Amino acid sequence: MLARYILKRLLYMVPTLIAISVVAFAIVQLPPGDFLDTYIATLEAEGGDIGSEEVEALRRRYALDQPILVQYWNWISGIVFRGDFGWSFQYQRPVADILWGRVGLTFVISLASMILVYVVAFPIGVYSAIRKYSLGDYVFTFFGFLGLAIPNFMLALVLMYVALTVFGQSVGGLFSPEYADAPWSWGKLVDLLAHLWIPVIIIGTASTAGLIRVMRANLLDELNKPYVETARAKGVGERTLLLRYPVRLALNPFISQVGWELPALVSGAAITSIVLNLPTTGPVLLIALRSQDMYLAGSFIMILSVLTVIGTLLSDLLLVWLDPRIRYG
Amino acid sequence: MNRPLANSMSGGDPVRSVGLARGDVALEVRHLKTHFALRTGVLKAVDDVSFTLRRGDTLCVVGESGSGKSVTARSILQIVAAPGKIVGGEILLHGVGGDPDRVVDLATLDPRGKEIRAIRGREIAMIFQEPMSSLSPVHTIGRQIDESLRIHTDLDKRARRKRIIELLKRVEIPDAEHTIDRYPFEYSGGMRQRAMIAMALACNPVVLIADEPTTALDVTTQAEILDLIGELQDEFGMAVMFITHDMGVVAEIADRVCVMNLGEMVEAGPVEDVFHAPQHPYSRMLIGSAVKLEKPAPAKIAARARHADGPDDRAQILTVEGLGKEFTSHKGFFRSKSRTIKAVDNASLSLREGETLGIVGESGSGKTTLGRCLLRMIEPSSGTVSYRAGDGADIDITALDKRGLRRLYRDIRMIFQDPFGSLNPRMTVADLIGEPLKMMGWKQRRIRDRAADLLERVGLSADHLERYPHAFSGGQRQRICIARALAPEPRLIIADEATSALDVSIRAQVLDLLLDLQSQMSLSFIFVSHDISVVRYFCDRVAVMHRGRIVETGVATQVCDHPEHPYTKALLSAVPRPDPRDRRIHQRHRYVAEDHPTASTMEGP
Repeated sequence: MLARYILKRLLYMVPTLIAISVVAFAIVQLPPGDFLDTYIATLEAEGGDIGSEEVEALRRRYALDQPILVQYWNWISGIVFRGDFGWSFQYQRPVADILWGRVGLTFVISLASMILVYVVAFPIGVYSAIRKYSLGDYVFTFFGFLGLAIPNFMLALVLMYVALTVFGQSVGGLFSPEYADAPWSWGKLVDLLAHLWIPVIIIGTASTAGLIRVMRANLLDELNKPYVETARAKGVGERTLLLRYPVRLALNPFISQVGWELPALVSGAAITSIVLNLPTTGPVLLIALRSQDMYLAGSFIMILSVLTVIGTLLSDLLLVWLDPRIRYG
Repeated sequence: MNRPLANSMSGGDPVRSVGLARGDVALEVRHLKTHFALRTGVLKAVDDVSFTLRRGDTLCVVGESGSGKSVTARSILQIVAAPGKIVGGEILLHGVGGDPDRVVDLATLDPRGKEIRAIRGREIAMIFQEPMSSLSPVHTIGRQIDESLRIHTDLDKRARRKRIIELLKRVEIPDAEHTIDRYPFEYSGGMRQRAMIAMALACNPVVLIADEPTTALDVTTQAEILDLIGELQDEFGMAVMFITHDMGVVAEIADRVCVMNLGEMVEAGPVEDVFHAPQHPYSRMLIGSAVKLEKPAPAKIAARARHADGPDDRAQILTVEGLGKEFTSHKGFFRSKSRTIKAVDNASLSLREGETLGIVGESGSGKTTLGRCLLRMIEPSSGTVSYRAGDGADIDITALDKRGLRRLYRDIRMIFQDPFGSLNPRMTVADLIGEPLKMMGWKQRRIRDRAADLLERVGLSADHLERYPHAFSGGQRQRICIARALAPEPRLIIADEATSALDVSIRAQVLDLLLDLQSQMSLSFIFVSHDISVVRYFCDRVAVMHRGRIVETGVATQVCDHPEHPYTKALLSAVPRPDPRDRRIHQRHRYVAEDHPTASTMEGP
């Protein structure tokens, strides 16, 4: 039953991913012109010049003179059959080289933020619901809304200032200068962890506030359900009762949120990343889009979308595991 | 079917033995007061209530909504929702822990404490009204029953499972060895309530409190559950406190009755005395309302006498021929499998001007779908509905376009079941009643005058025009719904369970109002209901539906008193009558359909 469900969901992913790849490629093609036009414009703005034969040669070299469909096919078949994401015009390196390190770090930051979000939001949400309108509820609600309202870049600046003046830490980036280009080692990992907390807190705050409200509202709905009374009438202790029945049911929307929390974290981190100068995907994607570095931008969008689809799948599988009604529905 | 589970268990009862003998006092409630401290003041939900429960006896606590009967029950277990609190009185439970001399005053225990938790589910068990929402949807039935055993007994896992299966078998759940691992949503409504009863009985309690356990069920299922509770009571010898608003159920099962009104106990006594010589005006009114609905309304009898001589020459206002509605659901890989349910199957009806036709049936019989198909609120799959307009023109409703339908909706109106859900809380009464008129392009002034007039017609005051629905009680809201339906001067009203959500005294009033309006405005009614007594009281003719088909049509008194179809017989014999001398659901007819069951709800694996 479950295996069938997973298989079905995996099969559904295929057309979704195809559609995403088309849209991703189309988005990159949307602005008029191509990378070379932008490149020429940049050169001319800087007072340089480039001959038209040279331009034609470059165009041929990058296959930019081919019809769009052919370009799309070259790109997508490269990814699917050879794991080749194309060539970045901007960096003059294969896209994959730029991509993987950044996607990996983005993923680390997002995952850490997500864990923080859930670990903080869950108990506070439960507390706020069972002690509705208590002092604690108001305090958490206040800070929650504060977190929701403060723009991430502002929080980033504040935390950077605090980290620099109070802890004397090197701020910006994920690594201290001495580790930035060093190979992975124990010291580098510790250094990463020391830097990680700032972006994780910044990226996590808004989501935490949102999730606390979600958990609180869900649980408030469930607390008055008749099955809670049934369990109480059986003689179940209050704490067991709370966790076994209403909290368990209130988790459903909490879990389905994982699906769109993941991409929100990945993409929402862009501005923070730029402010903090993090080696993640956000800043590169922005640059790539601006310079029409099509294979780089397209591949980034593609990868982020795949993450989204996977996140949704994960949350759906969690739900199926959690709620038998979905399993058999 | 009647395997003596209690005996087999009480000899070497793996769970516990009960120290009290039959007839011993099990629970005494003395001057109980439970109050709710609200912002607007103190609500005395239970105010000085006293009664005694004996082993083997059934006490029915009866009253209308807001009478405090449910709060009384919850006070006993100390599970009153905040801010409710027991502020006075005693709740004495006898024979605690199997020791006949040990008495505990439950009112003094801490609601979150260990002592009261040891009582809940073990000495006193409770079953609730909504069998769907009272069970956790994400835990198996077996696990939910098991919880009680795990808390209150030392049995190991195997022994517990064995007992749960025995319990499930005892409450007649088929294939208990497998259904134990099923989830509540895989059970039908009746089965869920059986599982709930099994859960309550798991620890062999001294007292069973049942809070409207059959209210959400169909009458035939209700009869089965009442039978089951009775049998189990004989076998286990527990004292039963049964809370209900249905005087028929009271008459059927009670030994003693306690009548509650607005938190106070107005009358208590043996069931015979209360029914046949009620002392308090409120009990007289309750029983009177219930008995009143046992026969046709006086106005109907008079009207029937008028039409008795000579053939009925009133014109046909609505003719339904071969109406059908199929629902198809898709399942499986890429929706490859589909299955079709015939919600309404080849239904034919006719209605004369000024006539009232009742459509009765149990849940899932298709009566509501049929009612909605008539106005194309649900598109019928087949058949025709033709309406004869006031000017004599015949209109084929099934062929009307949008504009035609809109015009038709002036002549034919609907009233719905839920008077809370069917009034927009952000609109004033004047706006609500005036809405259909606004659609017809009336001027604001004229709408107001008409709305005021209508309000007075339905027994409310024109002063109420500016209020919002939340300021009204359920019965008053249903009157507003009726006023809204009457606004464009319709000729036919389709009422879908219009009185089902109302208390019995209000129900009779609303029906009388409709009868009045019918004679004043020469209205025709189609009255969809599951309640036979309402149909008997209010309708001229009845159509009985079962699994999408109309199995019997005829004059109301004929069908209700001398039914012909075996299903109608079974349905009618399951309705409890408000007369303790005429207990009969135990001898009811049972109807087993010849065809295979419809796929509405799974009845077993």
